[in-house]
Amino acid sequence: MADASLSESNKGTAQTVRFRGGGFAPKPRRWTGIAVFVVLILVLEWGTQSGWISALTLPKPSDVLGTLVELHQSGQFTAHMVPSLTRLAVGGFLGAVAGIGTGILIGLFSYVRSGLVPLIAALFPVPKIALLPLFVIWFGIDEGSKYALIAFGTFTPTVVATYGAVDNVDRTLIRMGQSFGLSRLSIFRKIIKPGAMPGILSGLRISLAIAIILLTAAEMLGAEYGIGAYVLQAGSLYDLDRLFAGVVILSLLGVILNMIIGFLERRLLVWRV
Amino acid sequence: MDLRLEGVGHAYDTVTVLEDITLDVPSGHIVCIVGPSGCGKSTLLRFIGGLEQPTKGRVVQVGSPPPGSLNPLTYVFQDFALLPWRTVEGNISLVLEDHGIKGSESREIISDVIARTNLTGFEKTLTKKLSDGMKQRVAIARALAVRPAVMLMDEPLSALDSQTRELLMDDLVGLWTRTPFTSVYVTHNLAEAVRLGHSIVVLSRRPGKVREIVTLDKPLEERQLGDPDLEKTQKHLWSLLREEARTADTELIDG
Repeated sequence: MADASLSESNKGTAQTVRFRGGGFAPKPRRWTGIAVFVVLILVLEWGTQSGWISALTLPKPSDVLGTLVELHQSGQFTAHMVPSLTRLAVGGFLGAVAGIGTGILIGLFSYVRSGLVPLIAALFPVPKIALLPLFVIWFGIDEGSKYALIAFGTFTPTVVATYGAVDNVDRTLIRMGQSFGLSRLSIFRKIIKPGAMPGILSGLRISLAIAIILLTAAEMLGAEYGIGAYVLQAGSLYDLDRLFAGVVILSLLGVILNMIIGFLERRLLVWRV
Repeated sequence: MDLRLEGVGHAYDTVTVLEDITLDVPSGHIVCIVGPSGCGKSTLLRFIGGLEQPTKGRVVQVGSPPPGSLNPLTYVFQDFALLPWRTVEGNISLVLEDHGIKGSESREIISDVIARTNLTGFEKTLTKKLSDGMKQRVAIARALAVRPAVMLMDEPLSALDSQTRELLMDDLVGLWTRTPFTSVYVTHNLAEAVRLGHSIVVLSRRPGKVREIVTLDKPLEERQLGDPDLEKTQKHLWSLLREEARTADTELIDG
């Protein structure tokens, strides 16, 4: 029947169609992350104050805060932070620059790729801390070996992320560049570089977190000053307040580096909205 | 400038994809190439523009490109190939920068092609935010900016929905009527071929050979949707392709 009206027999049993879509799309909820931190710290504070958590298990958050303030007032904070940040900056910079450079070469040239990819695959899983004695022999017990360790540790993940990012640049865009007679340099600067940037930056997030881990490890194995040395000292004395103060600093350092990369992403990748 | 294909053939290892393609692309004409999927029509277009090399035969430019042509053989791609990190203007200036065209000269060319492709008002928009139809307009504007002698269009409307496709076909007809351009237009859509082609080259399935060349004399601007003459030609083309398209459809990919 061509008539579009509803059939007589079904009238009287009308029901709204039940909604069953939605969900599976997490959205940012402001302050929730901070609230989790605050609640966790308040619970710990309450637990340690009331004796529910023994002083041997965890320090009081308020004591850790006190230690941080004291550290700052005594000038020890700067004494530990300056060498740590220098090591992180020098080592991380060298590793990232060398890694991005090598990654781009692997992404662009067949011989470099075939020659270096197996080597990088062999180096990647080596725990870099295990090589510290070797670096001490090669680069000396001072800063050199620490820079080298951090640089080397940042290098391998950066290489892998970078050549993956170059590989992921849309080939049709490169063909387009060639079809319009763009020079190889222009294709690199205007198509490959911006196209690989998102992948390189997200690789740097991981590399720099690894750099912080290696910084601490290097400082634990032979440094007078530095956050790693501070944590190691506190640990061997079972001074939990200072141990946690050090851990808080390291964790904040990670958060700050992450924020810097997030800022760079917002600046450089405006187009990726 | 005319183009001539002389016995172009191509084989990957033992599989012959194209065999003895000889055809002329006269200046000011739109030559459509149609054929079942996998007949090598896009490969043929890549040979014409020098993005790939055929194993046999050659592509010849007859005569010299018009003066001021920056990139005589210019492509319009099916998937637009626009840089998402550049604006509409930026995508067009990309192909001018390498020829040292900057400043006011560049702005002049850009505003001219933007006006011709109905993109005015979108100059500063990131191409990522545009609809597919607008994206292809930007790609056409970019191609026009380098004043090509021949436009090589690789299924330019195939990624668009049918309504947008109608609109862009009208745009292309308008562009051609105002300033006739030379084009090799690859498509699998027979309706596009009969609307835009001065001649239609029908390729057979692998190995792709020229099966028939159909010429249409009706001026482009008089061709309308549902024109009986065009429908007749379209039916004829379909009768040529039907069996081959059926075989192509049931074929396993790369054996």
